Amino acid sequence: MSVLYGKPESLNDVPFTFCPGCTHGLTLKLVASVIDEMDMGDDTISVGCVGCGGYMPWFMNVDTIFSLHGRAPANATGVKRMNPDKLVFTYQGDGDLASIGTAEIIHAAHRGEKFTTIFVNNTTYGMTGGQMAPTTLIGQKTTTSPYGRDAGLCGQPLHICELLSTIDGAKYIERVAVDSPVSVRKAKKAIRKAFECQMAGAGFSLIEILSTCPTNWGMSPLESLERIRTEMIPAYPLGVFKDWEEGDK
Amino acid sequence: MIKNKITIAGSGGQGALSMGQMIAYAGLKEGLEATWLPSYGAEMRGGTANCSVIISEVEIPYPIVTEPDYCIVMNLPSLLKFESIVRPGGILIINSSMIPEKATREDLSVFYVPADEIAEEEKNPRGANMVLLGVYITIAGSIKEESIAAIIDKTFTGSKARFAESNKQLVTRGIEYGKNI
Amino acid sequence: MTKVLMKGNEVIAEAALRAGCRAFFGYPITPQNEIPEYFAREMPLRNGTFIQAESEIAAMNMVMGASASGARAMTSTSGPGYCLKLEALAAMTLTRLPAVVVVVMRNGPAFGTMNAAQEDYRMNGNGGYKVVTFAPSTIQEAADMTFEAFDIADQYRNPVVILADGMIGQMMGSVDFDKLPAKREHLPEKTWALHGRGQRNGKSEFLFIAEGKNHYQEKYDAETILYPEIKANETSVEIVDVEDADIVMCAYGTAARMCVAAVEAIGSEVKLGLIRPRTLWPFPYETFGQIGDPCKAIICPEINIIGQMIDDVRIASAGRWPVHHVGDSATGPLTPDGIIEKVKEVWKEMKV
Repeated sequence: MSVLYGKPESLNDVPFTFCPGCTHGLTLKLVASVIDEMDMGDDTISVGCVGCGGYMPWFMNVDTIFSLHGRAPANATGVKRMNPDKLVFTYQGDGDLASIGTAEIIHAAHRGEKFTTIFVNNTTYGMTGGQMAPTTLIGQKTTTSPYGRDAGLCGQPLHICELLSTIDGAKYIERVAVDSPVSVRKAKKAIRKAFECQMAGAGFSLIEILSTCPTNWGMSPLESLERIRTEMIPAYPLGVFKDWEEGDK
Repeated sequence: MIKNKITIAGSGGQGALSMGQMIAYAGLKEGLEATWLPSYGAEMRGGTANCSVIISEVEIPYPIVTEPDYCIVMNLPSLLKFESIVRPGGILIINSSMIPEKATREDLSVFYVPADEIAEEEKNPRGANMVLLGVYITIAGSIKEESIAAIIDKTFTGSKARFAESNKQLVTRGIEYGKNI
Repeated sequence: MTKVLMKGNEVIAEAALRAGCRAFFGYPITPQNEIPEYFAREMPLRNGTFIQAESEIAAMNMVMGASASGARAMTSTSGPGYCLKLEALAAMTLTRLPAVVVVVMRNGPAFGTMNAAQEDYRMNGNGGYKVVTFAPSTIQEAADMTFEAFDIADQYRNPVVILADGMIGQMMGSVDFDKLPAKREHLPEKTWALHGRGQRNGKSEFLFIAEGKNHYQEKYDAETILYPEIKANETSVEIVDVEDADIVMCAYGTAARMCVAAVEAIGSEVKLGLIRPRTLWPFPYETFGQIGDPCKAIICPEINIIGQMIDDVRIASAGRWPVHHVGDSATGPLTPDGIIEKVKEVWKEMKV
C-alpha cells in the first residue's frame, strides 16, 4: 500500500484549533509542504507573531521562537544573521504586520534581510474579536468601525505588497489568495519562490495571502471564500510585484 | 595625593577636549591615575566645549572638577564662565590671541599666551591648543614633554601623520614661552 | 597588558567583545553612542554582527532573535530607549533567553536633558520579573561587570542589565583588561539554541515557555527557585566603615564616588560610612545588619530629584534609622557639595 496523501513532516501531529472555515490551517500546511519538498525541515527556523497567526508554533514541527506583537521581522533578523545558511520565515497577520509592526517589516526589507515573511491578510484583528485593521476594506463593519470603515476618518486600506515593492532590499513580493483549488496551488508556488529567493541570498521576500475570517466577518466558510473573490481581490490585486530573477514588475 | 585638577574650555573645534585627553594620557603613561570628562550634549554643538581632567597619585574619587587648580581658556565665553571657579591661588592660562579682555580676579596667577599667533608662525593655524599645552607643562611641572611627544606620535598617524612634527614643535614653543613669562 | 585610558562606553564595548559578544544591535541615543560606534568599528574585524536597528524596540527584538540562536548578544541605550526595550526584555525573562542590556542613564523623564543621571533604577517591564542589575562606579568596574554579565546571563538563562550613569559612559579613566574576572566554568550548554531541528536529531524546539510548563509554573519556579539562587550567589556590595559611623550613606555608581569625595571633605567632623551596592538587584538588604550602634541616620544620595533606590534603602533599614534623600537641586544635578551640605544638616539635627 502506498501513501498518496499525508501530513507534511514539518507539521506536528495535532489537530488545528482554528475556527471552521479559517484558512490559517490550509496556509500552514502549504508552508510545511514547501519546506518538506525543499528538504529543509531540519534546517528551518520559524518566527511566530501575536494574533491568530501566533498559533503557528504549536502546529509547525520546525525550530520556532514566539515573538512579540509586530516584532517578528526584528526577531527574525537576529535569528537569520546568526543562522545565515538556514531557512527563516516569519508568519504574521495583518494587525501584527500592517499596523503595530510596520517599522519592523519596512526596515527588514530596507536592509534586505534574507528571510521570508508569510503575511496573512484577512482584513481584521481575528484573535481580539474582529477590530478594524489598516487592511480593513472601506465600508467593512468591525467592532471598532461599527458603521463601516470611513476613508475620511481612517484612510484607505494599506497595500503592503505595493508599499514594500518600492524598497530595493525586497526581492520577491507576491500577493496570492486561498479561495479556490487553483489559487491554493498558486499560493504554494509563490511560497516556494519566496523561499528560493531567500536561499539564493537575493534579499527579503514576502508573500501576502488573502485569507478568511468567517467568525469575525459573520459569514459561512463558503461565503467567506466568495468574499475573497468579490471584495478582497478587487481591492488587493493578485500578482507578482517584485521578482529578483526578472527585474521589477 | 591629587596632583592637578584642570578645566580646559574653548569653542568647538579649538581642541580643548583633545588637549585634556593628552594630559590624561600623559599622566597615565607616567604611572599616575587619570580621568577625563567632557561636557557634552547641546554644548558640544556650538557654545563652549570644556572638559575636566584630573591626574593623581591616588585613586580619583570624583572626576568632575568644580574648583580647578589650573584653568585654560581659549575664547571669551570660556573666560567669563570659568574664571570664577578657579581655586584661590590657582592658575589661569588665557589664549590672548582670541581673548582681548584681562582676568578680573587678583588672587590668581594669570598667564596670557598669544597661542594662535604662535601657531600661525609655525604654519599650523589649528594648533593653538598645543601651544597652551606646552605652557601648562612648564607651569605645572606635572607631566613631561616626552610623554606628550609620544602621545602626539601615536595620535597623529596615517593621513594625519604630517601634523605630528608640527604639533610637537608647537608644544616646544609653548614650553619655551612658559619659561619666559 | 598595562593600564590604558579609555572612555567608559568604549570600555564596556571592549569588555563585551572579550566576553565573546558577537552580536550587537543598537540605536543612537546620547550618552551611550560610543558603544554602538565601537561595535560598528570592531564587529567586522572580529567576525561579529553589528546592526543599527530602526528603533530601540527593534534592536532589543533582534537581541532576542540572536540570543535564541545561541549567540552572546547585547544592546545599549539610555532611559528613553530603555522603556522601549522593556517589551522584549520582559519577554526574554519568560522565554529564558540570556542577553546583556547596558543602560547609560540620563536625566528624565522622557526627553529630559543629556546630563548624567540615575533615573532608571525603578524601570521595569510588564508582568513581574527580576534581572541581575549591575551598577559600576569606576571604569574598571564597568569592564569587569560587563565581562561577568555574559557569564551570569548564560548561567541562569536570564538577561543581565548594566545600569551605568552618563558619567561612567562619558568619562575616560584607566582600565586594565588583564584584570577582568575569571571566566566562569561549567556554564550550561545551549541545547535549546535554534539552528534547525536537524541539530537535535529531528526534535524541534519551540522557544516560548519551557517545555511542559505554563505561565504560572514558569513564574512560580522563577520566584521560588531561580531568583533565590541568584540572590544567594550574585549579591555584591562594597561596605566602608559602617560599624562605627554616625551616619551611613548608601549610594551607587557616580553618586557613590561623590560620597567618597564627601568623606574626604568632612570625614574628620562626622564619622561617615558607605554602603555601595554593586548589584541593585539582588539588592544587599542584609548588609544593613552590619551597621553599628552609633549610627543615627542613613543618607541616600542619588543623581535624581525623586529618589528611587531610597525605597529599597528604607526596606533594608526597616525603621531602624531615619532615611534621607539627597539628589539634584532646582538648578542642576547632585554634587559632592550637595551631599556635604546634607550630611551637615542631618548631623546638626542629630546633635540637637
